[in-house]
Amino acid sequence: MSVISSTKNLEALSFILVAEFDAGVERVWQLWEDPRQLERWWGPPTWPATFEQFDFESGGKAVYYMTGPEGEKAGGWWRFTAIEAPRKLEFDDGFADENGAPVESMGTTHATVTLEDAGGRTRMTIVSTFESEEQMEQMVQMGMEEGMREAVGQIDALLAEHANA
Amino acid sequence: MVVDQLRETELDRLFQAFADSTRRDIVRRVTAGEYSVSGLAGLYAMSFAAVQKHVAVLERASLVTKERRGREQIVRGNHQGLQKARRLLDDYEAIWRQRVSRIADILAEG
Repeated sequence: MSVISSTKNLEALSFILVAEFDAGVERVWQLWEDPRQLERWWGPPTWPATFEQFDFESGGKAVYYMTGPEGEKAGGWWRFTAIEAPRKLEFDDGFADENGAPVESMGTTHATVTLEDAGGRTRMTIVSTFESEEQMEQMVQMGMEEGMREAVGQIDALLAEHANA
Repeated sequence: MVVDQLRETELDRLFQAFADSTRRDIVRRVTAGEYSVSGLAGLYAMSFAAVQKHVAVLERASLVTKERRGREQIVRGNHQGLQKARRLLDDYEAIWRQRVSRIADILAEG
């Protein structure tokens, strides 16, 4: 069994998953670093992912889409915020329109991937954090109240759409 | 169904409804028992209008229901909505469990 534990915390706005693999840290890192290998596991077999852009460096961006059984496409983007090969990777993950441009109103998720040696095996910890109260506070401190109010308005609009759907 | 993408969008919306400590506290309280909006307003250091707004956000996210009873507006937890939130989290977990299993398969190829 590869998955060791998973924790869902609505209040902490986070999801934590710990898994162990029968391979060295360097090998597992390749599955994140090489877009052709990443494509083999990111999307389910019925919705495979294709990475069109993959600048695997801190500050770099990745653009991908997933293709459904009827040929429909769903786009996404990543922004790598920290890369410490071969042990740590952090990125923001969001939705993209048909041109690969970020759709800001859809919200983003921040992912932190950590790889550790566990006696010849590799322990992988994924922490997914959704847009949080803390991030909001930080943005307010940075003098972005204006932008924040806009974002909150968008969230309210999304919630309204959701309720009417 | 756009498996990953749609579920993750819905999940984001839910998390956004939960992204406020007052809203989380309201959900906790009204899931245990009903409250009037004015009863809730008495619990927090903010205006009646501000509390009413939080309740409206939660209502739109299908996490609470609001019903007029005489002069009071009664707020209750929306168990279906909360169950859906729970299901979305389970789906998100399933997405990652499947990814982990695909990674294990690739690694097994050597």
